[in-house]
This record gives sequence, structure tokens and C-alpha cells, in this order.
Amino acid sequence: MKSSTEARMVSLVSYISFILFGLICLLPMLMVVAISFTSEQSIAENGFQLIPKEFSLEAYKLLFANPGQILDAYKTTAIVTITGTVLSVLFTSQAAYVTSRSTFRAQKQISFMFYFTQLFNGGLVPTYVLVTQYLHLKNSLWAIILIMMISPWNVFLLRTYIKGVPESLIESAKLDGASEFRIFYQIVFPLTISGIATVAITTAIGYWNDWYQNMLYITDVNKYSLQYLLQTLLGKIDFLKAAGDVGMLTGMALPEESLRMATCVVAIGPMAILFLFVQKFFVKGITVGSVKG
Amino acid sequence: MKEKKMTMPGVQAKKLKPKGLGRGGKDQLQLWLLLLPALVMLIIFKYLPMGGVIIAFKDYRYSDGIFGSAWAGIENFKFFFKSNDAKTVIRNALCYNLTFIVTGHIISIALAIMLTNIKSKKMTGVFQTLMFQPYYLSWVVIAFISLTFLSYKNGLFNTIVQNMGGEPISWYGEPKYWPFILWFFHMWKGQGYQILLYYTSILGIDESIYEAAKVDGCTTMQTAVKITVPMLTPTMTILIIMGIGAIFNSDFGLFYQIPQGSGALQKVTDVVETYTYRALTEGSMSISSAVGLTQSVVGLILVVTANAVVKKYNEENALF
Repeated sequence: MKSSTEARMVSLVSYISFILFGLICLLPMLMVVAISFTSEQSIAENGFQLIPKEFSLEAYKLLFANPGQILDAYKTTAIVTITGTVLSVLFTSQAAYVTSRSTFRAQKQISFMFYFTQLFNGGLVPTYVLVTQYLHLKNSLWAIILIMMISPWNVFLLRTYIKGVPESLIESAKLDGASEFRIFYQIVFPLTISGIATVAITTAIGYWNDWYQNMLYITDVNKYSLQYLLQTLLGKIDFLKAAGDVGMLTGMALPEESLRMATCVVAIGPMAILFLFVQKFFVKGITVGSVKG
Repeated sequence: MKEKKMTMPGVQAKKLKPKGLGRGGKDQLQLWLLLLPALVMLIIFKYLPMGGVIIAFKDYRYSDGIFGSAWAGIENFKFFFKSNDAKTVIRNALCYNLTFIVTGHIISIALAIMLTNIKSKKMTGVFQTLMFQPYYLSWVVIAFISLTFLSYKNGLFNTIVQNMGGEPISWYGEPKYWPFILWFFHMWKGQGYQILLYYTSILGIDESIYEAAKVDGCTTMQTAVKITVPMLTPTMTILIIMGIGAIFNSDFGLFYQIPQGSGALQKVTDVVETYTYRALTEGSMSISSAVGLTQSVVGLILVVTANAVVKKYNEENALF
């Protein structure tokens, strides 16, 4: 009997902890949404509040009246995300298939080649010099697409899924005269679709969220990604540095606070909603990925 | 018929091998073709830059290119290690990462165990969804979020401080708050992922162990401490080896976006990544490269060492 009271206590504490934890995760995000719906005057009087004192759609009206820049950014982000994800998923899954085949003679060496890049890398400058000076991809969206294309981690994740496909299935297809291409695309690919979906989602989020590569390689304002556009709205970093009291400046209404937050909401809203639907794949990927490879 | 099929592959492989480019050779060629795009990308974007580390030993100039620039020996390394920045970034990286590793694992294991104690499937799903939301937000968006709290004029914190009769605080100008602020946002973004990692490991533990414990009269707390935590050791070990290997690596987004480049905070927010980025944008390519190379080499040594130590005590828990 004593242990069941204890179990109930533990369960209660667990619930309370997770309700608190859930709120900590959720409320900061809602702050941004709330501010975007607050009138500028109310912000000036009361500061940022979780519940708007004075509801206003002004920021969104302004935003949709002059959507030029944000539309450009949406276009850039869409091109990069779609092209990048499709190519990345195809190439990654092909590589995962090949490195999973025990009949592939260079299996060990190639696997090591992928693995080693996780342990050692050339670093920022050599990559930057390569991309800008030798590949001449400055201001090209290909720089972003290609740099982020192959993640050894994803290759290993998919390999774990592919190893779940019965060897006999592949062997018998081979005896029927199927080529490796056909075996991969007609048998292995459909059978590992949940793993492929996981990698596709992770990759898509990576491309969608990219501001770093954009900051490094894109100087053309028309090619700014959504995230990088948002970053430029955050306040000019150099401007902040030059000024004495940084705190004073970050509080300045330039651009208008609600407009700034509304831009943020418009930029992440669609992906946030989409993510709610595809989350289970993501969770599954973590489960499989935690198996050591 | 079926039996024959099953034994065929081995036989066939043996038969074909001496022929060289027979069926086996064709298969190899097709496999290479499938691998090719990824391999090319890997070589261009991962292996070529490894060769580029010679920039660290040169006085690199744009106009002269990598090979045309003059050799500088280890001057770039000397420059960095003699500077005050070196002390700052090394100290910051070490302190932040150690804190992140220790507190991160304790909190996520505790919460993962709590999550298993929530029996309602629906609620588990709700909590999982909630704790995962910050994980996929970019650091830029999180910088927006942090601004809603830390802004001098409008931020929620200063409103609260003022309502309690205090003077507003210049959050972006006061270094003393930043170790905690950065710790908080690091946890805020990453804990959901790590909790789930441990949660799935716990679900993988053999149910019969728990039933036996129950029969023996173990309390929930006892099973957590005596069974769950020890059973998580392999997962924990792998994560910690990776953590040690990356002890000088920081999340650039966290340290770059959240403090918004405030110079006043540099002493507590500067890490290797922000240093190398700054050096790159200021044109000191060779120094940036030297720091990056040092970081990579040290990381490699650390991860191999950590793995060797683990292997010595428990072969199964090693990463490779």
C-alpha cells in the first residue's frame, strides 16, 4: 500500500513538472505572437505583454500591404528548401543503400570516409575560400544547397533503416535480373519510406531555418532567406556595437515593434503548423538514430 | 525451388569472381554510380577544405590565392595563443560546455523518467509536442523571443523590475546575467530532443526487469535510481564521449544571435566559433583558419582519447 501512495506522488510530481516545462516551452513563443497583435501605442505604454492590452491588426495590414521583401525571401527559402531537400534525400538514401550492401567491395572504406568527416573538418575559412574563390558560388543559392546537402549523420540513420530490409529480398530480386538501381528504387526505397520521410523532414527544417550559410555567402538583398531577413530586422549588429548603450538601442522602435514580430510570425507560421503534422516522423528518427552506428 | 534460390547467391558469387567484370563487376559499377553524387559532394565540401587548412600556415591574401600566399609557419597560431582573446574563448567554451553537459544530462534524464511515469498516452503526446517546439526554431527566431524579455524599453523583464519599483536593467550591456541567459536558451532549445532520446532508451529497457522489481517491492523512486539510470549508461556514455569531443565546439547561433553582437558582453559570450567568424569577416583569414584547425585537431584527439578510455573499461559502451 505504501508503494502505491508513493507511485501516486511520483506521478503527481511528474505531471506538475511537465506542465511547468510545457509552459516554459510554449509561453516565450506566444510572446512574439502576442506582441504582433498589440497596438504600437499599447507597447509604448505597457511594454511587451503576453496578453495584449489593446488588440491590433495594424502590423499585419502594413506587412501585407508591402509584401515585396518578404515574398522574395519566401521565394528564396522555398527554392532552397525544395531543391535542397529533394536532391539531398535522393543522394543520401542512395549512399546509405550502397554503404549498407555487404557485397559492395569498398563498403568499409567508404563508410569510414563518411564517418571521418564527423570527427575532423577543415573549418570555416577553407570552406569559405573554396566556395567563394574556387567554386565562384558567392551570391548563388547553390552554395547553400550544396554545402548542406550531404550529412553523414543522415547517411548512417538511413543505413540503419535499410539494414532492416531482408537481405533475401534483395538477393532474389538480383536473381531475377534486377539492376542495383531497380532494387534500390523499386524495393528498398518504398520499404524504408518512413526513414526517408524522417530524413526529408530534418533536412527540410535545416534548409528552412538556414541563416548562417545565407549570411556567409549571400550579399544580394533579393536573395536573402526568410531567416536571414529576420536577422537583419533584429537590429543592425554593427550599429549596436558602435553605439554606447546597447540596451537603449535594442529597445528602440525601429522598425516598429509589432511589425517586427509580425514578420517573424509570418516567416515561421507555415512551417510551425506543418511541423505539428509531421512531428511523429521526426520523433521516430530520433529513436532509430540513437542506435549506435 | 525456394531452397535453391536461397543457396544460389553464394555459389554465384564464387563462380563469377575470377571473371572480373562479370555480373559482379556490373553490380559494383552500379553501386559506385549510386554512390557517386554523395561521394562527390563529400569530397568537395568536406575533404577539399581539409586540404585548405594550409591557409593556417600561410599569410593568406585574396589576390595571391592559397598557393601564391607566403608561408607564415606557426605565426598565426602564436598570434592567437598570445592574445587575451585566446584565454577568453577557451575559458568560455570549456565552462559553458561542461555546464551544459552536466546539467543537461541530469535534467533530461530526470524529465525522461518523469515522462515514463505519465501513463496517459494522450498527455505524453501533448508534452512531447510542446517540448519539441523550441527545437526546430532557428536561433534567429529565438533571438526575437529573447528580445521580448530583454529589450531595455519594452522587455517583459524590465516591466516586471519597474513594477516592483526597481530601475530598468540594460540587459545587453551587463555581462553578469549572460552565463545564465545563454544557459537558459541552450536548454530551452535542446532539452526536448535530449529528453526524447533518453525517453526512447528507457522504453527500450526490458519490461520484465521492472515487473521483477515491483514484485520485490521496489518503490518508483528506487526503480528509477537502481534500474533505469544504470540501464541508461550506454546512451549516456555515447552522448558524453561526443560531448567531450566537442568540448571546444559551441553552437554559433546561440552565442552569435542571442547576445546580438553586443561588444559589452564579449567577455562572457565570445567562443571559438564567434572568434573565427569575426576573424573571417575582418579579413584575418589565416588566423581564423589557425584557430579553426586547432579546434578540429584538439576535438579529434579528445574524442579518440575519450573513446579509448571508455573502451578500456567497457568495450560495449564505446562509440567506435
